Amino acid sequence: MTPKKKRRLIFAIAVVAAGGVLAAGIVYQLGQNTMYFRSPSDVASGQVGKGVAFRLGGLVANGSVHHGSGADVRFSVTDGKSAVAVDYHGVLPALFREGQGVVALGSIDSRGTFTATEVLAKHDEKYMPPEVVESLKRAGRWKEGGS
Amino acid sequence: MTGELGQLALCFALALSLVMAGAGLYGARTDASLARAMASSAALGMLVFVMLAFGALTYGFIVSDFSILDVASNSSTLKPLIYRISGVWGNHEGSMLLWVLVLSLYAGLVAFLQRGGPRLTSAALGVQGLLAAAFLLFILFTSNPFLRLDPAPFEGAGLNPLLQDPGLAMHPPMLYAGYVGLSAAFSYAAAALIVGEEAIRQQWVRAARPFMLIAWIALTCGIALGSWWAYYELGWGGFWFWDPVENASLMPWLVGTALLHSALATERSGAFRTWTLLLAIAGFSLSLIGTFLVRSGVLSSVHAFASDPTRGFFIMVLIVLAIGGALALFAWRAPSLQGGAAFEPVSRETTLLLNNVFLMAACACVFVGTLYPLVLDALNGTKISVGPPYFAITFAPIFFALLLLVPLGPRLNWRRGELREALRSLYPAMGIAAVAGLAVLAIATPRSLTAVGAFAMAGWLIGASVIDIRKRKGARAAAFASALAHAGLGVSLMGVTGTTLWRSEALEVMSPGQTMQVGPYTLRFDGVTNVQGPNYNAQRAHIALMDGGKESAVLEPERRLYLEQGQEVSDTAIRTTGLRDLYLALGDDRGQGRFTVRAYVSPLAPFIWLGGLVMALGGILSLWGRLRVKAPEPEKAASAQPIAAE
Repeated sequence: MTPKKKRRLIFAIAVVAAGGVLAAGIVYQLGQNTMYFRSPSDVASGQVGKGVAFRLGGLVANGSVHHGSGADVRFSVTDGKSAVAVDYHGVLPALFREGQGVVALGSIDSRGTFTATEVLAKHDEKYMPPEVVESLKRAGRWKEGGS
Repeated sequence: MTGELGQLALCFALALSLVMAGAGLYGARTDASLARAMASSAALGMLVFVMLAFGALTYGFIVSDFSILDVASNSSTLKPLIYRISGVWGNHEGSMLLWVLVLSLYAGLVAFLQRGGPRLTSAALGVQGLLAAAFLLFILFTSNPFLRLDPAPFEGAGLNPLLQDPGLAMHPPMLYAGYVGLSAAFSYAAAALIVGEEAIRQQWVRAARPFMLIAWIALTCGIALGSWWAYYELGWGGFWFWDPVENASLMPWLVGTALLHSALATERSGAFRTWTLLLAIAGFSLSLIGTFLVRSGVLSSVHAFASDPTRGFFIMVLIVLAIGGALALFAWRAPSLQGGAAFEPVSRETTLLLNNVFLMAACACVFVGTLYPLVLDALNGTKISVGPPYFAITFAPIFFALLLLVPLGPRLNWRRGELREALRSLYPAMGIAAVAGLAVLAIATPRSLTAVGAFAMAGWLIGASVIDIRKRKGARAAAFASALAHAGLGVSLMGVTGTTLWRSEALEVMSPGQTMQVGPYTLRFDGVTNVQGPNYNAQRAHIALMDGGKESAVLEPERRLYLEQGQEVSDTAIRTTGLRDLYLALGDDRGQGRFTVRAYVSPLAPFIWLGGLVMALGGILSLWGRLRVKAPEPEKAASAQPIAAE
């Protein structure tokens, strides 16, 4: 093998090895950080394990919003079939309203309550998070052209 | 009338773009000087007509001509003039027209400068003409900004309040100047593949370099502006969210940065010829993919103005044609392409190669994380999102490795460098790095190895740049370009580290007269008053910053209710010392005069955007040197230059 060929071989091996490490890292970290979107019905049917982070989407149930001490707030998210209680400590988004679409990020604790780390609402009157539309459709509670 | 004039101007522009495409591509032949002249004239003519169309739409927005559908649905007479103007690109149709305007400006510049000789310019104009024609067709058939509305309403629907902000008024033009600037590099690369002769083909990198620089500067500024806006407007105190839309602008920047460095090697030493061609194609492809992600409505965000499947489909076809066409051209010419010049393992080229490897790896991480949810949704309807930790964990180490090498590159000679000598010249920078790291270890709480490493790295980068600048006192301005750009990285790194690791946060429900503590600051809540803006009603909080029992300043964060859309937007109050931001956002009304107040103290936050500015300034210096002085000749193997000219 000539020195030039040898150098090329080493270079090729280095590129393949580095690419492999990169790909493995990407795949592993994707697996660690993927958050699924779940509807309250999914939660009720036991599809979601305790302590697993996911995104919960649906409507804020009417009459369910209770402010606790400080910035604590409790409400439930519904898709018309099932509802999940949510605990949250933080500032609610400007367009957080009862009966409106919402997406909460967090996980279910041992008591079966969803503890949210972040709550997102739509950012204007017309907009509904697409995942929420999806979960309402699945529960058969979606009307085209109105919410 | 103006609407029809605009429409007509767009049709003329389309015709001229087709002339430009045909004549330009034909002009790549040796004997076609008439076609070349035609392509250049067509480029300038198209620019005039697109400017006319853009002017017509802007006029419609300024005088609030609600008989134009686009104006009626995105503007109102209540808006201040500046937001009526920025509203032109604050919607899908207008923003696409801005895209074409920027594309035409670049085409005009290519025609005017005639860089790289008549044949290369002509072929580049031909490709640019094809792109312009595709986007003009897109506008005329799916996104016409001049559609009429009959009867015209008395009042328009107004602009998304989040977009009514001076920072965001400038953000889209900047970002587009960057995105579309990469189209000029793309066109030149394609032109180099179209033109047969090797001698002419070689000139494309030098011809396209100013366009790469302009694009890079604009992208840097655009991203910095967008991040700054997210910081002060969204009220979360964060500056980067790894949102798909942000990623869509970051990816072209990463590839654009790689392209600048690889093109430098190609131009100066002849290395990486093929790779630089591919990067130019990849850079603009990512711009197109970014546009697709943002404009097609597959992502839901403030940027997705309208979700219309035909538009997404059209852009997708365009992407496939542009990328596929360029790659086919590449494959066709590949057998005749000369390999790059050889170099030793220790040389400037090797550091630039590693620069490219790390930048592309970082880009790959962002690309996969951004598109994985979309692909999964398309495949089996599973809705997932990739959390920000994914990006932080994959992106940060790669970028860190890249930064470690940055000071080394400019100190190695082309083809064959002296590692020991380069390291010796960096001893002072190592000293600065050690001092910075130790200082952080001694002073900062909480102790973290990441912070120590990041500050040592910042010291390493800035120290090396200072050595560069001192060494070349009295040299022409362009000589400081790379030193400045690399120092900017260090400045931003300090800002990012300080804000991420040392931020203190407080969140409380406050009654009037109550005080709260955040970081070193004591704040007294003095209640909320109602304020009327031009097109919104606001609740304005009065929060006094207390200094030993005395008021030293009053901060007034607001919550604005925009009347036309019924949308609430928070307006934060930020008080900065330059080294530290005190950041207040007003939360929800809890009744009886009580409000939630969110407060952050973000050490070094202003450095994030200051660093971006310094980087852009480095780019500007390089560009200025380029256009003022004739580009340096490619070096001969023996000629030694201790530090790069850029």
